[in-house]
Amino acid sequence: MSCELAQTRLHAYLDGELDAAGSADFNQHLQACPICSAALAEEEKLRQALQESRLYSRAPAGLRLRVQESLPGPRVEKAYGIAIWRWLAVATVLFLAAALGWRQLSLTERKPYTDAAVVAAIDAHLRSLQPGHMMDVQSTDQHTVKPWFDGKLDFAPPVPDFAANDFPLLGGRLDVVGGRAVAALVYGRRKHFISVFIEKALPSSSWSGSGEMQGYHWEAWNKNGFSFCAVSDVSASDLDQLKQFFLQTQ
Amino acid sequence: MPHLDAAYNLARWLLAGRTEAEDVTQDAMLRAYRFFNTFHSGDARAWLLQIVRNCCYTWLQKNRNWLDVDELDDASVPREKDTPETLAISVNDRERLLGALEQLSPHFREILVLRELEGCSYKEIAAITSRPMGTIMSALARARQQLRALLTKPAVKEARLEL
Repeated sequence: MSCELAQTRLHAYLDGELDAAGSADFNQHLQACPICSAALAEEEKLRQALQESRLYSRAPAGLRLRVQESLPGPRVEKAYGIAIWRWLAVATVLFLAAALGWRQLSLTERKPYTDAAVVAAIDAHLRSLQPGHMMDVQSTDQHTVKPWFDGKLDFAPPVPDFAANDFPLLGGRLDVVGGRAVAALVYGRRKHFISVFIEKALPSSSWSGSGEMQGYHWEAWNKNGFSFCAVSDVSASDLDQLKQFFLQTQ
Repeated sequence: MPHLDAAYNLARWLLAGRTEAEDVTQDAMLRAYRFFNTFHSGDARAWLLQIVRNCCYTWLQKNRNWLDVDELDDASVPREKDTPETLAISVNDRERLLGALEQLSPHFREILVLRELEGCSYKEIAAITSRPMGTIMSALARARQQLRALLTKPAVKEARLEL
């Protein structure tokens, strides 16, 4: 590859848009050409500064509320004509539920569990980025990764692959998060890695919500009795996309 | 609500931090909801961001903050030197980056925001900005070059718009 050609492809390489062969050619040229190597290093520096400088503005809570209110949501049916005794029955049930709930709350000590669980998940993701810690089973084939978990956990985690949607499955590992054994699936997103932790959903445990901590985003959800928590340095909307794909699979 | 953060982030950058970004985002979300029947399948985020972008440009045009030239086709941008100047910027030099980004023209700004902050692929950027896929790489190259030029100028910080 000539230097001139390399210069035109530098940005495509930087953005992960070259195919495997083009990428290999470019790499070969980089080994031999200090000018192109220096140019690439400069571009990477600019990119790193852009991505790690908290420039992403998430929607303010007030805006989220306003948008929700302005969108015509599913309408609540008008309750005319319902006999008063039915309302009484509903009120009684609600009262009992509230009373029970209160009892439960006062019996169990309230812990900021959610936060601790999320911190543990982010820590586990960071640990996995250390060399050699990411994957116990390295395969893009879901039918290799899924059976690998057999006998290692007391549940069989779902292992979908979203290669067609640019979230290729890269592998999986066994992890311990917050003292519990969980399954961790590793997905790729361009040059980034995403850990998706999976455990049995328990009323007392499990991850919830979404947010950002130390430059890492997390997104948690529940489905079919499992609790999921995705952690990565990709953008929050990338994680949200991955979550939607998970929610859409059976 | 999916992709609201992405929608707001793009609007905030296209309107250079003006408070109207919230109103424009709300308007775009409402439009997306109304025209959801025209969205069949594919990338919902790209589809929504396309609407957000159109709303932002309409706002900019209406408020005379917009010169009707396509800066991406401007040939006056100097060609990249063989070795780019070494950039004295550290990670987390947030204020300087913010100021420099806001001085870029909206076309350059949006392409950088979509690529670096939103993590969009060339294909997605092409869909959102209604540009041919083949022009995205060179446009990004020039956007990065301009940003670097602004960052190497000393007076960037003072000139930036107040948020």
